[in-house]
Amino acid sequence: MPTYVNPDKCDGCKALDKPACAYICPNDLMILDMVQGKSFNQEPDQCWECYSCVKVCPQSAIAMRGYSDVMPLGASLTPLRGTDSIMWTVQFRDKRVKRFKFPIRSTAWGSIEPYEGMPEPDPALLGDPHLCGEDAWLGVDTLPVPAGAAPAGQRG
Amino acid sequence: MEAPALEVVDTDLLILGGGMAGCGAAFEAGYWGRDRGLRVTLVEKAAVERSGAVAMGLSAINCYMGMRHGENQPEDFVRYVRNDLMGLCREDLVYDIARHVDSTVHMFEKWGLPIFKTEDGRYKREGRWQIMIHGESYKPIVAEAAKKAIGAENVYERLFVSHVLTDEATGRATGAVAFSVREHKVYVFRARAVISSAGGATGVFRPHAVGEGLGRIWYAPWNTGSAYSLAIKAGATMTQMEHRLVVTRFKDGYGPVGMWFLLFKGKVKNAYGELYEDTQQKAIAPYAPYDKVRPIPTPLRNHQMLTDRAEGRGPHYMRTDEALQALTMGLDPKAVREIESDAWEDFLDMTMSQALLWASQNIDPAKVPSELTLTEPYLMGSHSSATGAWVSGPEDLARDGYFWGYNRMTTVPGLFAAGDGVGGSAHKFSSGSYTEGRLAAKGAIAFMTDNPATFEHDPARVEEITAELFQPYRVFEDSCGRSTKPDINPDYFYPKQGLHRLQKIMDEYCAGVGANYITNEPTLRRGMELMEVFKEDMAKVAARDRHELLRCWELRDRIWCAEAHMRHILHREETRWPGYYYRMDHPKIDDENWKVFVNSRFDAGNGGWKMSTHPCHTLVP
Repeated sequence: MPTYVNPDKCDGCKALDKPACAYICPNDLMILDMVQGKSFNQEPDQCWECYSCVKVCPQSAIAMRGYSDVMPLGASLTPLRGTDSIMWTVQFRDKRVKRFKFPIRSTAWGSIEPYEGMPEPDPALLGDPHLCGEDAWLGVDTLPVPAGAAPAGQRG
Repeated sequence: MEAPALEVVDTDLLILGGGMAGCGAAFEAGYWGRDRGLRVTLVEKAAVERSGAVAMGLSAINCYMGMRHGENQPEDFVRYVRNDLMGLCREDLVYDIARHVDSTVHMFEKWGLPIFKTEDGRYKREGRWQIMIHGESYKPIVAEAAKKAIGAENVYERLFVSHVLTDEATGRATGAVAFSVREHKVYVFRARAVISSAGGATGVFRPHAVGEGLGRIWYAPWNTGSAYSLAIKAGATMTQMEHRLVVTRFKDGYGPVGMWFLLFKGKVKNAYGELYEDTQQKAIAPYAPYDKVRPIPTPLRNHQMLTDRAEGRGPHYMRTDEALQALTMGLDPKAVREIESDAWEDFLDMTMSQALLWASQNIDPAKVPSELTLTEPYLMGSHSSATGAWVSGPEDLARDGYFWGYNRMTTVPGLFAAGDGVGGSAHKFSSGSYTEGRLAAKGAIAFMTDNPATFEHDPARVEEITAELFQPYRVFEDSCGRSTKPDINPDYFYPKQGLHRLQKIMDEYCAGVGANYITNEPTLRRGMELMEVFKEDMAKVAARDRHELLRCWELRDRIWCAEAHMRHILHREETRWPGYYYRMDHPKIDDENWKVFVNSRFDAGNGGWKMSTHPCHTLVP
């Protein structure tokens, strides 16, 4: 189901330094048509329908049309992604509609402190099998080793 | 063609690929490198926020022990993985992932990944190893942590890495060369250690789709096998490159089946209402003792479905209707709605097109069943398959020939691997790949601490690679005038055309879908003849723009994978994994001669491949 771009909504992300869809597409598919100033999918048969561009588009200009060799026409699947949840609208070919809402994140964006609460790294432990922070995060007191093997080093 | 710009980047640790394994490597390296002024650099082909196999999201974490509640121990996991791989796995590597993976998952939750919980506060299990997540933003969350760990200024996006550089005298990995997918520019990275956390290989085989749907394959189409091509070209020893992944998925949309099997207790029945896993028990009897293993190993379940289909009993259906009706019987409407929501979220978190397929075919899963199929083959080291580099395990789990100094180091000094790139160790999935990135990073930091020397790159070598990188532009410029229509030209072909040629050879000669996963020695040898000519022709692959140049190099990745895959299948004279592929000239499992790893090494000096075997040791009885 390749992406397609609604020409009435796409403004080429004029306000940004590059179009959001071109920035995010994992497969380098979305590209700006320099003449029209609007985006398009330059290689539809390599689209994985990952919806990354659909979700990120500030104009909600991008949608999917099911793969022509697989999907009957007439259905649509539309996300609305907020900061902590995503809403999906599923419209069937026979016009039935279903809506679903799922959480996407339980903390604020940008709030991760990767090493919060971890001790300063000790280079003497580089040869030890423990990974950083496992004292707090492994959930068990001892890093397992197979029965009969020596205990696994010190804590990181 | 204008000369490209050149930027040289000096760093300490270089991470190639920003998927789950690469983000795990960045996180761990950032910790051990901080306070010591070590620079960690991550290079990614796309944008880390949505790159790699988890770009789209996931609905489950498939590798979690739950040791804190005594749910599973690493020994249990090793036995499970060993059985699914029909006896052959690097138990040290599998054990190592299992004993560390819980810490990774607990951190993900702290960072903000929503995980389903039971009433008593435990993670909700989908199956013995799987937990359910609301994983739409799984990758953006993990990417945020990686960027914070090493500094966003050390993340280089939209660069395609083509070569790992090695020092001629010592053989040590010293950096990498990449080109920009956004500007006419070459990057040369100089590093004291390199981690390849690049992706596995899709698109090596012709997929089921015939047209626009070519990109709707099960694994991410942007994973083009750099994990293998980079290691092979650098001279690393590879293992189990004959292994592959073929999985049962919902037909055409490739939606996941795990939740339906494990949580909803869905049954797959053939067109005549028979449970093929029961009626085809006889089909797997020749593969004793693995026929008696439960759960039935993935390749044997495939074999049962293929046999059933060959006997004219398809199509095969996931009986979503029966499963949902049984689950919802007597429940109030709110509870029914929750189950329906879980069922749809399973697709909407990670395979949206399956949801669109249901909508476009007016399928209500509570009323009608959905067809299943077997996918085209993929090469990967993170799911239920184990292709990749032959790496050192951890010292405390060492067995003969399994340890050489640093955890997850390949046989090239200073070159480490993680995720899809590590062979012999399957069932890592997202959490295990991330964990393996962490293990590799700690090993790499230890390596560079013990071996602090830096190396200068040979300018002639960099120049040679640069010329090679942009050769497809020159091919196009030199020859496009020879035809009134540039698409048909006697002197070149486009990467898409080359991809089709590769996929056709692999499908027909190397046991693809179109060959019913069947081959034999003469068929493989004929395929290899065709591949040799194709490789010659690759000097004439043409690119009109940067996007197409990227595709040229992705095609080269895939060709390396294809060649390794063929050579390994040829070398292993048995059928170890029926349902993945069949060597019909050696149709049985041969434990006496082949319960060993098949390893290979490409020698760039003479262009030859050296095949060997390595004993498989038992760590867990």
